[in-house]
Amino acid sequence: MSEQKEGGTERPRAIVVGHGEFAGGLVSAVGQICGMADKLVVLSMMGMTPEDIESTIREQLTRTGAHVIFTDLPAGSATIAARRIVKDDPSIVLVSGVNLATLLDFVFNNSVSPTEAARAAAERGKASLIVVGR
Amino acid sequence: MAIQLYRIDDRLIHGQVVVGWGQPLNIRLIVLVDDLVAGSDWEKDLYRMAVPPEMEVIFDDVAGGIRNHARYASDPRPGLLITGDIASMHRLVKGVKAIGSVNLGGIHHRAGRSEKLRYVFLTPDEENQLRDLEAAGVEVTAQDVPSSRAVPLPEVLEGATR
Repeated sequence: MSEQKEGGTERPRAIVVGHGEFAGGLVSAVGQICGMADKLVVLSMMGMTPEDIESTIREQLTRTGAHVIFTDLPAGSATIAARRIVKDDPSIVLVSGVNLATLLDFVFNNSVSPTEAARAAAERGKASLIVVGR
Repeated sequence: MAIQLYRIDDRLIHGQVVVGWGQPLNIRLIVLVDDLVAGSDWEKDLYRMAVPPEMEVIFDDVAGGIRNHARYASDPRPGLLITGDIASMHRLVKGVKAIGSVNLGGIHHRAGRSEKLRYVFLTPDEENQLRDLEAAGVEVTAQDVPSSRAVPLPEVLEGATR
């Protein structure tokens, strides 16, 4: 699993993990839009066993002190791993189905705890999906 | 409708299974055969919640999978049967004697395994179990997603297509 922290020096507030380069692309977009990619840790799970995915996420949560995990797909291995982690530590919050609007709302919300910000950001992310045209 | 795919994948239910194969094969039933998962309500809930509402997941252990295979295979819904390791699939195929092909979908690196493909790592024992399946007339190929080439077992074992 590769890890990168983009730019800045602020302590990361969440782990972002998904298929392929999904997490890196999403966090890079956050950096381009608002320069706050340093609040997020990117993990890629390519080529890893389920046990390795889970242990790597746990390591990064411990290292950073983050209590929020964003994943891409409810059926994904990262989501399965994250749900095992939440079962062991209910203070961790998992948001699956993350999109760019969700992450942007999350990184800007400093007025509440990261876990509360994650819940609010999930609602913003849901609302950001719109369909235009017939 | 017969089971469309017999897959070995250490991630069990995940994106490649639900979306990658599930969409093109119109999968509506997943039979997850795993001794550990079958014995844990929490594990079953974990995987059940990972699939969309139009898919049902049935859980069984290997012995039950052998016993109930005819019922699963005659289910009218397009199905996919999955095990998390080669040993479970080997036992299942040997016990059922009606499985014609097995898909190696994801067997990742662990101590004692060597790389055969980007997504297939095998121990010598696992290689022998796969050879045994082929010797029994079962077609074994490696293919992570439908758009990739199905790599025949001899090529997999040579590790020639990395």
